[in-house]
Amino acid sequence: MSKKKSYLSMNRRELLTHSLALGASFAIGAGFVASPNAAWAVEAKFLKAPTLAKLIQLARDIYPHDKVSDEFYVLAVKGYDAEDKVKTIEAGIADLDKRAGGDYLKLGWEEQRVAVLRQMEDTAFFQSIRGGLVTGLYNQKAVWPVFGYEGESYSKGGYINRGFNDINWL
Amino acid sequence: MGAPFDLSDNNVVVIIGTGAGGGVLANELAQKGVSVVALEAGGRYLPEDYTQDEWASFGQLAWTDARTTSGDWRVAKDFSGLPAWIVKAVGGTTVHWAGASLRLQEHEFKAKTTYGNVAGANLLDWPITLAEMEPYYDLAEKKLGVTRTNGIPGLPPCNNYKVFEAGAKKIGYTKVHTGRMAINSQEYDNRNSCQQSGFCFQGCKWGAKWSSAYTDVPRGEATGNMEVRENCHVAKIEHDKAGKVTAVVYFDKDGKSQRQKARVVCVAGNSFESPRLLLNSSSSLFPDGLANSSGMVGKNYMRHMTGSVYAVFDKPVKMWRGTTMAGIITDESRHDPARGFVGGYEMETLSLGLPFMAAFLDPGAWGREFTTALDGYENMAGMWLVGEDMPQETNRVTLNTDVKDKWGLPVANVNFSDHPNDLAMRKHAYKQGQAVYDAVGATRTFPTPPYPSTHNLGTNRMSENPRDGVVNKWGKTHDIDNLYISDGSQFTTGGSENPTLTIVSLAIRQAEHLAAELSKGNL
Ligand SMILES: Cc1cc2nc3c(=O)[nH]c(=O)nc-3n(C[C@H](O)[C@H](O)[C@H](O)COP(=O)(O)OP(=O)(O)OC[C@H]3O[C@@H](n4cnc5c(N)ncnc54)[C@H](O)[C@@H]3O)c2cc1C
Ligand code: SF4
Repeated sequence: MSKKKSYLSMNRRELLTHSLALGASFAIGAGFVASPNAAWAVEAKFLKAPTLAKLIQLARDIYPHDKVSDEFYVLAVKGYDAEDKVKTIEAGIADLDKRAGGDYLKLGWEEQRVAVLRQMEDTAFFQSIRGGLVTGLYNQKAVWPVFGYEGESYSKGGYINRGFNDINWL
Repeated sequence: MGAPFDLSDNNVVVIIGTGAGGGVLANELAQKGVSVVALEAGGRYLPEDYTQDEWASFGQLAWTDARTTSGDWRVAKDFSGLPAWIVKAVGGTTVHWAGASLRLQEHEFKAKTTYGNVAGANLLDWPITLAEMEPYYDLAEKKLGVTRTNGIPGLPPCNNYKVFEAGAKKIGYTKVHTGRMAINSQEYDNRNSCQQSGFCFQGCKWGAKWSSAYTDVPRGEATGNMEVRENCHVAKIEHDKAGKVTAVVYFDKDGKSQRQKARVVCVAGNSFESPRLLLNSSSSLFPDGLANSSGMVGKNYMRHMTGSVYAVFDKPVKMWRGTTMAGIITDESRHDPARGFVGGYEMETLSLGLPFMAAFLDPGAWGREFTTALDGYENMAGMWLVGEDMPQETNRVTLNTDVKDKWGLPVANVNFSDHPNDLAMRKHAYKQGQAVYDAVGATRTFPTPPYPSTHNLGTNRMSENPRDGVVNKWGKTHDIDNLYISDGSQFTTGGSENPTLTIVSLAIRQAEHLAAELSKGNL
């Protein structure tokens, strides 16, 4: 993740003074999105900062895992903050806002946001974000331990001596 | 003269593709002293090159050249450019395969006689019987080192298998074991024993699983009678005025067009590329494509009735630890129309890593119904269902002239829709699979739709009567004496078993036939 040092080192008070908007999920400032407790921050280089924040929320609403922290969702969508993608993403998020009655982030319950998404799940925008997340989110090696998945085993000699048959509850 | 062979050498047998069919055929011929040039579209990767990372491995090995899809199968919607999950590399799909090695059953060679007339199905008996195949199955099992044959012990049970077996026994199944696998339970034929690493689909880094990539191919090359040219994509098969094939035209690793002369041509590019090549080789003499007087080239495409059942439990399973597919229940593989369908199916353990599970558990799904399933990944067990599907003429590979590959050649379009028999069988199989897991306390089960096809069969099928199919009982095309088909596209019907042991057996048998014909001067 492109964590911007200056933002990262902000404490919560500094973050508050830099933020234009602070919701439950995100602190949004000029050119950045951060977590309200300053645990992470990401620069919005091409997208508007609120657009990036909505994209992060959208990613979580599509594939919500309560044990997966925001950083993984940020990483999964940050590739959309690119010059050649701005137009599509800004248009897609504008449509999302419109369907949400103005501001997607103002819908406080996941259920309300999902109801909006159900109306647009057949759009090319939704499908391309969803499709991208399948690898963008789940193919991050760092997220695998959250699901218990151990990944490659060759370097450790396979599982033959590391529990391939250790089930004990049958 | 030994390998390498000259492009103008018209004494060589040219084999297209080096997978289960082509790789084995090439080696078997080379061992008998026949000169062989094998052309392979993909590159060469060996165990040290394989990677235990699902998507990275897919990028390294999978066939991702353009293909298109149509029909009502869900794959056409969810994976429209990827009708099959197969390999483009020396060794073909035997690099990916899981190793389940089963013989077809006697009645499955006689599908038409056994099942009778099934409306909408284009059933046919094979022109060969199990009895004729048995000696070749024996040889194939020895070659592959199949467990539970020739005194080779079965693989040890892994976590995923233990759940499967316990459930199977609880619901009264009796034929359950860790499979007949071309995976070494002990060292065999200079290959290591299985280390239970769990990445069988990504190429076995220990060489414990048989693949032609590191057995038949290098052994054939070692004879000096066989040359493999990798990164060579065959575009067309040429023939003379008399209608005998004379050469193949291919694009080499630098993209240059080359022409290799041939005495005999054997096509083994898997069930999409083989018919595509015959169709792309049309000429004024054969306007509908080579060997297509019956009109059957590309038709009767079969992919097995497939589906999976995954289940989540309240305690950990860790199914990714250990062999990907070493477990089978064969109780349902009988023909018993009382179940509401003809033919049978096998149930086989299967595990996917988290990245593939996310892509294949319920393609296109999103939201909590889906994500809570993945949240249970550590506590998940899984099985694959594989049964006989009905051949239908409308399920077929055709040329899509609107879409061209990088060589400018029309790509294969794959049209597929399930037959009512396939649907009835899948429904039954889902129910039984879910029952297996429910019996050991599953908290949730998932009847998972078929993946892009891994078993691709029937598009150049064998028939007694030239009117009904493309090749005869030796894989020789009915129309052209020196043109053979040597891969899974020869299958007359699919049976309920994974096909590769049969593909390998047919290749061994075809090599014997070809060597005899060549020495008699018949070709
Ligand atoms: C994930 C997975 C798991 C599987 N597990 C099992 C299992 O457990 N048991 C089982 O029996 N089967 C299994 N299979 C199926 C098995 O791999 C195939 O049935 C078998 O490899 C098919 O053999 P083939 O010779 O027909 O084609 P392939 O092995 O696919 O070989 C075809 C080769 O031809 C090459 N080729 C194609 N077109 C051209 C061209 N124009 N010019 C040059 N070269 C060309 C391709 O690049 C390829 O290398 C599995 C398959 C997959 C994908
Ligand atoms: S589980 Fe066994 S056969 Fe499969 S990749 Fe690992 S060592 Fe090879």
